[in-house]
Amino acid sequence: MITAKAHVYGDHIDTDRIIPGKYTKTLDLSTLAGHVMEDLDPDFHRNFTAGDIIVAGDNFGCGSSREQAPVALKAAGVSCIIARFYARIFFRNAINIGLPVLEIPDHDIARGDMLEVHLETGKVVNQTRQKTYQATRLPKVMLDIMQAGGLVPYLKKYNDYQLL
Amino acid sequence: MAGLTISEKILSQHAGHTVRAGELCIVPVDGCMATDTTAPLAIRAFGEMGGETLFDPARFHLIIDHAAPAPNERIANLHQLMRQFATAQGCSLYDVGSGICHQVMTDHRKVQPGQVFMGADSHTPTYGALNAFACGMGSTDIAAIMLTGKTWLKVPATIKVVVHGHLQPGVSAKDLVLEVVRQLTISGATYQAVEYHGETVAAFSLSQRMVLCNMVAEMGAKTGLVSPEGLELPYAFTPVYADADASYSRVITIDAAAINPKIAIPDSPDAVHDADAYAGIKITYAFIGTCTNGRLDDLQEAARVLRGKHIAPGVRMVIAPASRQVLIDALSDGTIQTLVEAGATIINSGCGPCVGSHEGVPGDGEVVISTANRNFRGRMGNPNASIYLGSPRTVALSARYGFISSETSTHQNDTIP
Ligand code: SF4
Repeated sequence: MITAKAHVYGDHIDTDRIIPGKYTKTLDLSTLAGHVMEDLDPDFHRNFTAGDIIVAGDNFGCGSSREQAPVALKAAGVSCIIARFYARIFFRNAINIGLPVLEIPDHDIARGDMLEVHLETGKVVNQTRQKTYQATRLPKVMLDIMQAGGLVPYLKKYNDYQLL
Repeated sequence: MAGLTISEKILSQHAGHTVRAGELCIVPVDGCMATDTTAPLAIRAFGEMGGETLFDPARFHLIIDHAAPAPNERIANLHQLMRQFATAQGCSLYDVGSGICHQVMTDHRKVQPGQVFMGADSHTPTYGALNAFACGMGSTDIAAIMLTGKTWLKVPATIKVVVHGHLQPGVSAKDLVLEVVRQLTISGATYQAVEYHGETVAAFSLSQRMVLCNMVAEMGAKTGLVSPEGLELPYAFTPVYADADASYSRVITIDAAAINPKIAIPDSPDAVHDADAYAGIKITYAFIGTCTNGRLDDLQEAARVLRGKHIAPGVRMVIAPASRQVLIDALSDGTIQTLVEAGATIINSGCGPCVGSHEGVPGDGEVVISTANRNFRGRMGNPNASIYLGSPRTVALSARYGFISSETSTHQNDTIP
């Protein structure tokens, strides 16, 4: 279970805003973390505490296929992301690198709300607003990848994809 | 039971049983590529997965295109990592100057009709022009393909786009696709395939078909495909058609003749309007290139507009041919000469200014008009610049006059061929 504060962003946050292309050519996590969200929210690092949750509206992570986007968010200490829905490559990438992403089509989470996220069940309790939301169920293969902590540990464990 | 879409057919052939929209499947991957933005992470993930040798080196391709040649030692070292990996594994590596991944894969016939091809780049659906099922993925998914030779996919539902009639003179595939992006919006095709049909697209060249499939990424689509009707390739192939009774999530019909030159205004590719409505906005930077519109026909179109003329004072025009083959062709037919005489700067084949990684970054407050597919804030490397997207013809006209210009806007007394 994750209990942390929500940082809320809008719709269609593209990967260029999550991590500009000019910083993506690196394998260094601190470089990625250092520039995360910088064009969108210059105060990101001032307000964000490791373990906090990113909350967004529609189509989070649209744009490029750069896995550096979820990697940068994870490296900056984001514990999980909640959005109404995601761009598909970002969604897959996040789960593959072990960053939990929940799709909640009808949330009304506001900035600063305290959330309690149950990853196993997809239940999210908004402590500030005394509300509960349910995330969309993932296909089994994605749930297994998420539970293994990402695609690397998943393939180490199962050696191959398991659909059922 | 309803028939199958092109995606359903190709995925069924690969899965070994009939699969329909919404089903999950595991499929063998016929080809796969990664670039200097995505390959280093994929190579690292491949190692972390315990990968020692590639599942099949002949199916894996590395392309150095996003920041090529390297602007600094950090990126130079990532390029080195790719070269070393390719040498050790025996896979192909397309080095600096080869061109943009999607054009390189097409020029070198690495993707063919009926195949499943995965690329660590979001514009991988471009190969739908070749009647292949192609998706963009992230580095770790690609690493898993490098290791296992397969991937898992959810079979997408399909949006059918039917285009009838003739495009007006001066209106191109780019204007058409911008209209489709406008209608579907940046997330309107999320998790879905976009399939193009109709006599307009059946008459399209491969290059024009690539424009249509390239920008399905800007609709959130998983893949894009053009019906293989009328497709001509320099080799024999077995086309995969959709069944006449295939079922679609949505059908859009477009009258080609009604389309005017279009532009996407800052900061989203789906903020599409008639170029006319923005005619007169001053620009200082015109860019022609990218996997959307950096091919020979695009450069030739720009040359037609600029032949014997000069770009406007205060404007710089940068042109990046999409691949070495495009550059060679544009050199041999005089296109490059025309463009250089008109004041354009030709840079090496590759992504160039498109993604703001190494060259051609705009300054603060600049207004850019580009043939690319994305104009998100900061896309070209500077969040304080504004980017308009248009066809090669619109970009060339704008460079010539120094403000956004299209066929129908102004300059009536100035005959443009
Ligand atoms: S040209 Fe631009 S959009 Fe195309 S692959 Fe390169 S960076 Fe991506």
